[in-house]
Amino acid sequence: MAVIPVERKPLTFAERTYIPQIISGLKTTLKHMVRKPITLEYPEQRPEIPAGYRGVPTLVYDPNGREKCVSCQLCEFVCPPKAIRITPGEIPSDDPTAHVEKRPEEFKIDMLRCIYCGLCQEVCPEEAIWLQNQFSMSGYTREEMVNDKKRLYELGGTLPDAHFKWDKKKAAEEAGNGHH
Amino acid sequence: MFDFYFDLPLWIRLFVQGLAVMLVMFPIGAACSMAERKIAAWVQDRPGPNRTIAPILAWIPGIGFLRKLGLFQLAADGGKFVFKEDAVPGHVNKFYFIAAPIIAVIPALTTVAVVPFGAYLDAAGQVIPIMLANVDIGLLAVFAISSLSVYAIILAGWASNSKYPFLGSVRASAQLVSYELSMTLSVLPVFLWTNGPLRGETADSLLGSLSLARVVEFQSQSGFWGGLWFGFLMPLSAFIFLVSLFAETNRQPFDTVESEADLVNSFGSEYGAFKWSLFYVAEYCHMLVGSAVFMLLFGGGWNPLPWVTLADFANLLGFAHLPLVTGIVGIGIFLGKVLAMIFFFMWVRWTLPRFRYDQVMAIGWRRLLPLSIANLIAYVIGIALLTK
Repeated sequence: MAVIPVERKPLTFAERTYIPQIISGLKTTLKHMVRKPITLEYPEQRPEIPAGYRGVPTLVYDPNGREKCVSCQLCEFVCPPKAIRITPGEIPSDDPTAHVEKRPEEFKIDMLRCIYCGLCQEVCPEEAIWLQNQFSMSGYTREEMVNDKKRLYELGGTLPDAHFKWDKKKAAEEAGNGHH
Repeated sequence: MFDFYFDLPLWIRLFVQGLAVMLVMFPIGAACSMAERKIAAWVQDRPGPNRTIAPILAWIPGIGFLRKLGLFQLAADGGKFVFKEDAVPGHVNKFYFIAAPIIAVIPALTTVAVVPFGAYLDAAGQVIPIMLANVDIGLLAVFAISSLSVYAIILAGWASNSKYPFLGSVRASAQLVSYELSMTLSVLPVFLWTNGPLRGETADSLLGSLSLARVVEFQSQSGFWGGLWFGFLMPLSAFIFLVSLFAETNRQPFDTVESEADLVNSFGSEYGAFKWSLFYVAEYCHMLVGSAVFMLLFGGGWNPLPWVTLADFANLLGFAHLPLVTGIVGIGIFLGKVLAMIFFFMWVRWTLPRFRYDQVMAIGWRRLLPLSIANLIAYVIGIALLTK
């Protein structure tokens, strides 16, 4: 590596009095004083959330309003802090989405345990669980901090994708090719 | 109303005047703490305390402005300090521990007695300074009394019976003694001048006075030299006085006394609640009086501009015949200057890092003291030549 010798100049008289430095420092702080604050006034102003942010995990519907979760429980198994508890349930045969066979009867994420690692989202074969933009959770009791299924769907909303995997599978089955 | 007031016995009038000055000064001293927080915030690109408001006041239109200035935060803090439990640690010397904050406030509020804080024009067009006691010893009294405040810090450090407060108080005594010398030497040229060759139309009977009001009188004379503020006439004196003022009031960059990075909170470490806040009010009152003295000596006092005296100003705007208005304007101008100085103090505080303790001593003894002596000698020779 090349060595660049830097000449150390002795301080000039003006520099030794420290006054030009003080004046330039005062100028800098004055500039900041008249500038607008760069902070956000938090509860009213919210920060812009970057894409790919890992906030509170949520459950989503597909555009037809079907719960995407099929209660396979992979997320429950992968969850490092064991924050997720799923009670699987069958979809009754008279339901329009009966061909999906299963959906969670209850889905609980304990936000006091959740570490926002995103493994549940990564492991989900149905793209049903998403870590979205909400970053602030608070509550007065431990129970309040457990998000149940209803709350998870409220937080999650609808995912605007158009896979319709289960509908395609049903259509294929009806057309006669059971396994594709 | 005025007749009623002037018919009162003198001691009642003096009592009322003193009380009025204190009732103005104490809140300003307290408000400086909020100003400090706001200026710190602005320098650091944030808005500062701007949330607190009493719910019963929130409906008043336009009150949001005061809220944004943090005025209610100040009230909340003050109220907190008054009502908080005033704990006295078990290991302290109780008598001196409680005496220290009181001794801190007394000199801070006493010095204002000899410091004029405004002026008015009487019926004859004469400029009369507004002050509690127009005595000849003037500045000497300010120096004498304000240097007592170091005893409060020493007592606080000693009585706290703990290491950091003690170290802080030792530093305080060394620092204040060091810089008092240069401070005193730096103002001597001013008084040589006011008692010297260019004393103008002032009667000889007034010679030999250290009154601060007279210094302003000297800066309000006619002519080029008469109207020039001493800050322009003696910039080096003003500079030395200013630097010493920073050191004497324990402000950054001479904040070694209360350097929280190495001494926790120094002499305030063992204090809490109201006693702690008294130290801070005292510190800000010192700043107020110090800035006032600086403005009287070097900044033209209540004169709005160099070569424009208060009397000229009043005549120009046509309210010279109203003593009350001229008084309010005089106080307003002077207070504005003092608050500008306070702003400068805070601006410097949030700009500069703290000097190391040995640097403080080196600047005081090896730089500022020789400089102030040289400055004094130069002015002595200059004034002697002019007198000849």
